Amino acid sequence: MIPLDLNSTSIINLLGFVFVLVFFGLMIILAAAGRRRPERYLRDIPAFARLGRAIGLAVEAGQRLHLSLGRGGIDGLQAGSAFVGLSMLQRISRAASISDRPPIATSGEGTLGILSQDTLRSVARSIGSEAQYDSTTGQVTGLTPFSYAAGTMSVIFDQNVSASVLAGHFGSEVALITDASERCGSLTLAGTDSIPGQAVMVATAQEPLIGEELYAAGAYINAGQMHIASLRAQDILRWVLILAILVGAGLKFIGVL
Amino acid sequence: MSRLRTSISVSIAIAVGLIVLLGYFIDIPVLINLRVIFLQWAVILAAIALIVGVLNLVNVHWKKINSSQPGGFYSTFLILALLATAVAVAIFRPTGSWSMWIFNNIQVPIESSLMALLAVILAYASARMLSRQINLFSIVFIVTALVVLLGTASLPFLDLPGLNELRAWIERIPAVAGSRGILLGVALGTIATGLRVLMGADRPYGG
Repeated sequence: MIPLDLNSTSIINLLGFVFVLVFFGLMIILAAAGRRRPERYLRDIPAFARLGRAIGLAVEAGQRLHLSLGRGGIDGLQAGSAFVGLSMLQRISRAASISDRPPIATSGEGTLGILSQDTLRSVARSIGSEAQYDSTTGQVTGLTPFSYAAGTMSVIFDQNVSASVLAGHFGSEVALITDASERCGSLTLAGTDSIPGQAVMVATAQEPLIGEELYAAGAYINAGQMHIASLRAQDILRWVLILAILVGAGLKFIGVL
Repeated sequence: MSRLRTSISVSIAIAVGLIVLLGYFIDIPVLINLRVIFLQWAVILAAIALIVGVLNLVNVHWKKINSSQPGGFYSTFLILALLATAVAVAIFRPTGSWSMWIFNNIQVPIESSLMALLAVILAYASARMLSRQINLFSIVFIVTALVVLLGTASLPFLDLPGLNELRAWIERIPAVAGSRGILLGVALGTIATGLRVLMGADRPYGG
């Protein structure tokens, strides 16, 4: 029996719980429907098409791909974007596994550094090349925003990087990283959960990911049916939120709220 | 063996994730206590990960020095600076005079220089953005940035009427509306990512 104290905090918590449950249910239903009747149509996001080509070109030319996971930890709100970055790292390193030069991951936080190494090692293990795994391919380049950016810049300059993917939590210091990438003539695909970071990325990155486009990455890089299902669930719930906002605004306008 | 290890990792991640999530929403003392304990463990692990991160940084730069890679000189400098700072903080405490001297006279000026460099890069990037893609959105972006900049900075030689009001309106209405829309999308994406990790569909722990 759940003791319910119906004050406003409890009601908000209950609503939040119901929202998460509905989201969960939608993801399960849509994943099951997707397995029965695969429907692959997704809105065209040019950044992901360019990323696919960049991976192929990097493998052919023996160049390195670089993925920067930002400086958000995994114990706060910034964990979501960091997990998306790790998911992308896994897919990219798998796609580039036949290359002589495996992808390199940089981060500005200790936990992310460990997780990036773990991800790269697990991909190497799964393709039977764990002996070739090099722990320095998952690097912590700095622990303050600017030291992280400065350390990542030197990785881009020194490692013959052909494409940089920035997926995680970044602030305005991301401009230093995108500028380094631009000066090396490499493709920059960048997305973050931070509003100032997104504004800077729009101006400086070749392929910025706006808003929730970063969270759609898994669906576009074939990370699995559940990624497509969660994207569809996000779309449905976004419409529900839009409707709720419009109804709320209407009620406020006529003086009910 | 590898499969067993993966199964154990996934089971622990899902169980702990579910307890923390339920402890947040449902008012049951056992769940709340467990949630607090797990979050405290997470904080301790994050602190240990910070030390591991520093060791990783040293390892990467040590290898760079040993293999005579480009930039090896800077790596030597980085390791020496790291050791000197660690010794100073250990002996004189984080707020001691030498620790504060390092912070005020080395770290702050370096970060300020990078901030200044950032301003130049952003100005240059805005111009480059126009040369890369001239469309309605890039023009609106640049014009808005200029209006906000001009409205914020005091202009000694002219006073454009209505500029401050326009800047305030931009900050109050379109900027807030846009950022709230983006934040709603980010929130939905974060929930979706969290649920995928809870279901074991995403395994950022390398399982």
